[in-house]
Amino acid sequence: MAVTVRIPTQLRTLTGGANRVEVSAGTVGEVIQALETSHPGFAERLLDDHGHVRRYVNLFVDDDDIRFEDGLATPIKDGQTLSVVPAVAGG
Amino acid sequence: MFVEGLRCTDCAAAYAAEALHVCDRCFAPLEVAYDLEAAARAISPESVAAGPASLWRYSALLPADPRGRVDLGAGFTPLIRADRLASELGLGELWLKNDTMNPTGSFKDRVVSVALTKARELGFKVAACSSTGNLANAVAAHAARAGMRAVVFIPEDLEPVKIAATGVYGATVVRLDGTYDDAARLCSELIEELDDWAFVNNNLRTYYSEGSKTLAFEIAEQLDWSVPDHVVVPVASGSQLTKIHKGFKELGSVGLLEEGSIPRLSGAQAAGCNPVAAAFESGVDSFTPVRRPDTIAKSLAIGNPTDGDRVLSSVRSTGGAVDDVSDAGILEGIRLLARTEGIFAETAGGVTIGVLAKLAAQGIVRRDERVVAIISGNGLKTVETVAPALPRTDPVKPSLDAVLALLTEGAN
Repeated sequence: MAVTVRIPTQLRTLTGGANRVEVSAGTVGEVIQALETSHPGFAERLLDDHGHVRRYVNLFVDDDDIRFEDGLATPIKDGQTLSVVPAVAGG
Repeated sequence: MFVEGLRCTDCAAAYAAEALHVCDRCFAPLEVAYDLEAAARAISPESVAAGPASLWRYSALLPADPRGRVDLGAGFTPLIRADRLASELGLGELWLKNDTMNPTGSFKDRVVSVALTKARELGFKVAACSSTGNLANAVAAHAARAGMRAVVFIPEDLEPVKIAATGVYGATVVRLDGTYDDAARLCSELIEELDDWAFVNNNLRTYYSEGSKTLAFEIAEQLDWSVPDHVVVPVASGSQLTKIHKGFKELGSVGLLEEGSIPRLSGAQAAGCNPVAAAFESGVDSFTPVRRPDTIAKSLAIGNPTDGDRVLSSVRSTGGAVDDVSDAGILEGIRLLARTEGIFAETAGGVTIGVLAKLAAQGIVRRDERVVAIISGNGLKTVETVAPALPRTDPVKPSLDAVLALLTEGAN
């Protein structure tokens, strides 16, 4: 068992085209570190210079937006999915 | 068409004019860039006046080929002087941009007409969207006009009229057990699965949102190619306000207005979903999303507005403000507008008028300004919200004496 990460089109150049990647991690922040290790370049695309999640990146643990949870410290368990969703639409 | 390409609204990275909506580098929304020098040679007050009585009269500054336009007549709605309302609010010169007059009764017809025209150009087969209602109506109607299949995703608690006024066009309505923001997120993920689906406010959003610029174009044309001092705009995702800003800038660049003639722009939100107003009030550059919007203004109930931060910068750079109004204030705004000017607006219009009243009382919208308020949707769509607030009368016998007695009583 592991955490599944759903990769949006914009990031699939980093995963060799894969739309899902599995990693071992206990928090959202650790997921990003693990992605960076296995697929270098991830951290820079998701995090700004201060290490915060970029303004137009939305991260969800299953159905929950991490901004309403604990941000990068939000826990994630084996079997759960982290979705990376760019700039959600409006109107 | 004078489209040069697309560019990122945040980091300015450049892209070709394809079906792209998000910057690969920083994930910010993209916008359309034009060759404005070439457009300036093609557009003039005369060329506009000779165009169709719809937003397609400004096709030189739109991103799709007008020859293939999906056109139910959206846009070129009346701009009317509102002296009685101005007097109630203590204002001088007030104008109303009456977008209740669009084909499906809201400004969303503007953005959808542009988006589906582009979607057909790009070869998409299905028209889709996440919606708080008005967009669903507009997508369903324009898709019918274009002969496309339509599928819309809505939160389950929408007003019944907005659901019926979508299904009637043959659209598939998917009601989701969640908020609008849940619907929007779902659509972001569906895009990845469904190749020839045009989610107008998502993968077509770059083109779609250009339709909102036509509000600025029309206001300028209808004021004999001059710029108002202040425009008050409802804020949901925020793109209407930021694109009105872009529209005025482009008019300056193509010589239809004096370069740099930008009105003050102010935004209006409901107190029950006010992420941008709250950020404006606390002076920060970035809004905090609202998890559970709770307002009768369902068409504005977007807790995570994509263009919220850009609204803040547009409003601050033009000297405007963002404020909010309670549900009671929204209902008052709807009734005030209807009673003084004969326009029945949906709840978003009540938000605009309610916030206009607040800003006028605070002296932020000033008596010496020429003011335009955007009335973005028709009140018949949300009639059940306002009905309980209206006086009820018991039936009366249809006799002369009974009715005259009633009217005398009413007059007293």
